[in-house]
Amino acid sequence: MHPILSQIRRLTLYLLAWIPLAGILEYLLAYPGGLTWTKALAMVVPLCVIYAFGCLFAWYPCRTTPLETSGFSRLALTHLTAAVVMSLLWVLTAKGIALALASFALFQSLDQQIVHDYPLLFGSGVLIYLLSVALHYVLLASETSREAERREMQARVLARDSELKALKAQVNPHFIFNSLHSISALTSIDAAKAREMCIVLADFLRATLGLGEKTSITLADELSLVHSFLSVEKVRLGSRLNLEEKIAPETLQCLVPPLLLQPLVENAVSHGIANLTDGGSVRLEIGQNASGDIYILVENNFDPDMPPRRGTGSGLRNVRKRLDTRYGTRATFDVRTEGDRFRVTLSFPAERSASA
Amino acid sequence: MSEQLNKRIRAVIVEDEELARQILREMLASHPEIEVVAECLDGFSAVKMVPELKPDLLFLDIQMPKLDGFEVLELIGNDLAIVFVTAYDQHALRAFEVHAVDYLLKPFSAERFEAALDRAKSRIGQKNLPDPAEFAAAARETGHFAERIVVKDGPHVQIIPVAKLDYAEAQDDYISLASLGKKHLKQQTISSLEACLDPKHFLRIHRSYIVNLERVAKLEPYGKDSHVVTLNDGTRLPVSRTGYGRLRSLLDQ
Repeated sequence: MHPILSQIRRLTLYLLAWIPLAGILEYLLAYPGGLTWTKALAMVVPLCVIYAFGCLFAWYPCRTTPLETSGFSRLALTHLTAAVVMSLLWVLTAKGIALALASFALFQSLDQQIVHDYPLLFGSGVLIYLLSVALHYVLLASETSREAERREMQARVLARDSELKALKAQVNPHFIFNSLHSISALTSIDAAKAREMCIVLADFLRATLGLGEKTSITLADELSLVHSFLSVEKVRLGSRLNLEEKIAPETLQCLVPPLLLQPLVENAVSHGIANLTDGGSVRLEIGQNASGDIYILVENNFDPDMPPRRGTGSGLRNVRKRLDTRYGTRATFDVRTEGDRFRVTLSFPAERSASA
Repeated sequence: MSEQLNKRIRAVIVEDEELARQILREMLASHPEIEVVAECLDGFSAVKMVPELKPDLLFLDIQMPKLDGFEVLELIGNDLAIVFVTAYDQHALRAFEVHAVDYLLKPFSAERFEAALDRAKSRIGQKNLPDPAEFAAAARETGHFAERIVVKDGPHVQIIPVAKLDYAEAQDDYISLASLGKKHLKQQTISSLEACLDPKHFLRIHRSYIVNLERVAKLEPYGKDSHVVTLNDGTRLPVSRTGYGRLRSLLDQ
């Protein structure tokens, strides 16, 4: 959408700005140009109306040659060429108008007189067009910053929303009731183990509840949440649940949105391993790729014959959405299945806490 | 002595989690009249063991590997007493309540266990379990349909994803399910199958036939006032007058 044409208020302001321009042009045509005031006025009014709209064209080259990323020569070439072409067209228009007006007695021989003003018109045409280029760049910049502001606002709202949702999904009732059932079973078999499990479960719940106010935690903290989750599940699933972990130590102090990793691991356990009679393994890999981004890989065995259980995907969707709102296009999220392996891979820019 | 043995209640525990099996064993330990004859770790082994051992009583977990509790029930018939066990499943709970079956919610107290066991014991030998398909349907959210159909093939279980089902044909008390060039027999009524399939993809075109709409290649008149559909693989199925009306209105949309 054209930033001026699409808003009536901006268009009005823009056209008002042309009135002084038209005044200057009138003066130039009448005084150094040698036309009478009437003839000059008859030329200036249609010329300015036409060129006012003609100069709006500058938006397209401005948009395709962004100020920040285009080199000086490219900028100069693009806009000067456009300025020359637009101005030449404008001079041609002037010729046409003069010819048409010359048939009236009042404007007799205007077509011959205007010829002397072509250089003057051409020069002003180029200058005015370049002014318009500058104006469009200003508009483009303000549009970009407003868009960024809007996105940030939206991201903040969404982040809060999905954090709450994530937390709600987090305290998965299945997980809680199954864990309590395991504890109940352990009380008569191995009281010490039952107590230990109560404590791990409590640690996990406390950590999850505490995350509500935070927007970022270190990967180390997120990992300890994952570990307490896994140790609870390990009691329940026993030897069926195995963990293979490969974590690059330099990533541990990087900041991530809370509950980024835990839902992925939970998904791997409850929709993967728990459906396998003989169990399987969850592979967790965290590192930095060539461009310095953090990548996380969570892979697990699953039973391809099992239909997706209720709730599958909502955890993954949630993570994807939060990555998206926080990092935009700088994050990637990929889910794929290969045979009986289910793999989620994600990457996002590394952020380090200021204090670290 | 032998008479006493005969009176013992033979029970099977179907539960994938070791600790959950232990707690059932522990609570059953004070009931010498009950003998746990097998423990199954997933749905497949339950479907294999139950017909072999013919237990009187089954403790059946809902969420398990291979087959869930509802699917197990579909394949083992309903001439035994069952106590369902689940941790948290609002939809399953609704099915339990609607069909008044015995169930236990994890974690459960000894008292709750005794009450469920007493009720189940009183039901032994009675055929009072709900129709498995209806029961499973009650546990599905409205607007959700079956994603796969489980069929017993001797001791093995065949899983047919609904997308792979071409058509189903009623044959007395059975339905024959055509999928990937094979036919599988299952003891189920065609109406109860129809109820668990998504009407957007499956249509009852005849008293005895349900067809996967994606397989339909051609619809032609046949005889005076009946029709026939030809499927992609060349199979021709009869279409009744009502079936034709339904098919037309779907094709006209």
